[in-house]
Amino acid sequence: MNEYNFAYLDEQTKRMIRRAILKALAVPGYQVPFASREMPMPYGWGTGGVQVSAATLTPEDTFKVIDQGADDTTNAVSIRKFFENTAGVATTEETTKATVIQTRHRIPEVKLTEDQILVYQVPIPEPLRFLEPRETETRKMHSLGEYGLMHVKLYEDISQHGAISTAYAYPVKVSGRYVMDPSPIPKFDNPKLEMDAIQLFGAGREQRIYALPPHTKVVSLDFEDYPFEATKADHPCDLCGAKDSYLDEVIMDDAGDRMFVCSDTDYCRTRRAQGHDGRLSKEDAV
Amino acid sequence: MDAQSQFSGGFQNAPIDAAHAFRTAMTVMARPGEIRRITGGQPPAPLSLAAGSLLLTLCDPDTGVFLAGAIDTDAVRQWLTFHTGAPFVTADQADFAVGTWHSLAPLGQFRIGTAEYPDRSATLIVECEDLRPAGSVLTGPGIRDTAHLSLPDVPALQANAARYPLGCDFFFTSGDKIAALPRSTQIRAEG
Repeated sequence: MNEYNFAYLDEQTKRMIRRAILKALAVPGYQVPFASREMPMPYGWGTGGVQVSAATLTPEDTFKVIDQGADDTTNAVSIRKFFENTAGVATTEETTKATVIQTRHRIPEVKLTEDQILVYQVPIPEPLRFLEPRETETRKMHSLGEYGLMHVKLYEDISQHGAISTAYAYPVKVSGRYVMDPSPIPKFDNPKLEMDAIQLFGAGREQRIYALPPHTKVVSLDFEDYPFEATKADHPCDLCGAKDSYLDEVIMDDAGDRMFVCSDTDYCRTRRAQGHDGRLSKEDAV
Repeated sequence: MDAQSQFSGGFQNAPIDAAHAFRTAMTVMARPGEIRRITGGQPPAPLSLAAGSLLLTLCDPDTGVFLAGAIDTDAVRQWLTFHTGAPFVTADQADFAVGTWHSLAPLGQFRIGTAEYPDRSATLIVECEDLRPAGSVLTGPGIRDTAHLSLPDVPALQANAARYPLGCDFFFTSGDKIAALPRSTQIRAEG
């Protein structure tokens, strides 16, 4: 293959990460500290996800990387190439063919199966961090299950904006115990967190790993009179016509023309290949 | 013990064998009650193939290992030391403990983590006569509706689960078969 150890990391590092993953699965939603390594890419580029993927991959895996739903952005392409080079794994852009999917800030539109693993890149794993900067305090709040501050934050959203305005990284309660940051996925994706696949979360700079086993109960925090709502732009996709997918808004020109397009590029491409059309798919030469 | 058997029995291709073994260990921990086959190591008796492969996958000089009862032989100690470098510790210091259910008792001697660091708890590798998807009824994270697993001692494991988020986590091994029971799983006796 090449001169790297399989999947880049040395064996002792992988064992350390693997032990953290096992404890994370045993206590869903709890952030397990781990000795994050420097990776050959900057913090913020998915060093946590890359380390979790490296500890999880086997040579038989088919690996997919998405960045905000897209397979073709710099971040996704470079991480995919990284594991092609260091682990020799097959890669794909097709969600259904992948066995391990590393993601930045989206859950694929297609329902994931029992045979798949979803690895999230996480910037700030601590859901309470912007409410309480001290790690000693947030750790105590988690140990006591004291999450009143988070509800105050959501309440202040309502009192200022008339609705819960938190649109991404929407806090969830896992298995009735830990409040967890699902990473900055849009809240549209929150209902998908209860899935058949294993979900692993890696935060490289913050040195935390956490996990959701399949079928774990995940509840988005809300109030009885202001229930949680998974929102998206109220349009169909302009390329494939999908009404059920999460959309990106793209400004087209200086006159303010805009289009809405699926953020999940594989989902959009698959639908167009099946003959689905959107408002702009005929005239647009994308 | 001759030198050859003392130094043999490790992974043939450590990065690949460990990746496969870990994937199995992770899958069973994420899906309590599921029984899979885990291989790669050739540990000396009485250590099972599954327990030996798991130890090779997870142990190194950073993890204290407690060998309980009949497992604690010179051959096992030498094999584990040569292949992992893991130090041998007492039960109350152990990251990993290996033995039959009776030799590991009482459960209270193992670390269950702290309220602020529930991950600092022991993982018990319990050698079993057999593993069957029958008996106790399991519910909780990782399980769609219910799962079934032959557990050695339901009341003790229920007490462990009642401490959630504290508690020990368990792997059950038999031959090359492995299953897991994290502390998050709720257990009902066969009913």
